[in-house]
Amino acid sequence: MLLGPSLGLSAVLFSLGVAGVLFRRNAIVIFICIELMLNAVNLSFIAFAQQLGRSGQVIVFFVMAVAAAEAAVGLAIMIAIYRHKDTIDVREINLLRG
Amino acid sequence: MSQTEAVFWFFAAVSVISAFLCITRRNPVASALWLVNTLFALAAIFILLDAHFIGALQVLVYAGAIMVLFLFVIMLLNLGRDTGTDMLGWAGRIVMLAVGALLATELLVLARVVPDQRFVLPAGTLARITEEQGAVGAIAAPLFRDYLIPFEITSVLLLAAVVGAVVLAKRRL
Repeated sequence: MLLGPSLGLSAVLFSLGVAGVLFRRNAIVIFICIELMLNAVNLSFIAFAQQLGRSGQVIVFFVMAVAAAEAAVGLAIMIAIYRHKDTIDVREINLLRG
Repeated sequence: MSQTEAVFWFFAAVSVISAFLCITRRNPVASALWLVNTLFALAAIFILLDAHFIGALQVLVYAGAIMVLFLFVIMLLNLGRDTGTDMLGWAGRIVMLAVGALLATELLVLARVVPDQRFVLPAGTLARITEEQGAVGAIAAPLFRDYLIPFEITSVLLLAAVVGAVVLAKRRL
């Protein structure tokens, strides 16, 4: 059975995603890393679904829909920020700082 | 090592290497394309794990639609050119490696979980269901019976996302 190896791979990919979020300052690359984390979680859902029934696959379906919504809204926010500040470097985006 | 396991480890290696390149490439376009490579490898692994329809969706929706959206925005904001690095300095790298290694260790310990034997289906159940009902039927049956309300709520969520994206990105309503 591939449950253990799949969960291990999922752990490695999720950690790489977190490291990427901490490592980069470009907001779009941070978004790409978030997609990587979502996919790592999808992998563990699929791995458990093989053992525990198909509900896990349905959850992955919903995760994909939420990821699509998140990407659409997030990228729209990024375009709006770029219009105001001419950059999407997260060091420069400090509108909420008092 | 069986053939399935060999294929699994091949695609696992591809996905980890692509993910690493994805977070270390300076150019956002290169990052996005390496993520597409990771997504393709994961789609192959999904199919190995008897999730044929989800594997197809992974290629169509993730690698197709969502990543095209990313590339489109990168192109729109003209970020493809190299303008210095956006990566952190040495202190940031040490913090990143420490946090990443700590998290990976925790998750790898958690990954050794063994599901309660009362809930584990007999081996090959999912493959048998897929054979009987087809790859789409295997996921459509629970989706439209047990998860009908969440499915409808998802459609509302997508509608809200579409309206929100248009409102946010439009210059003047």
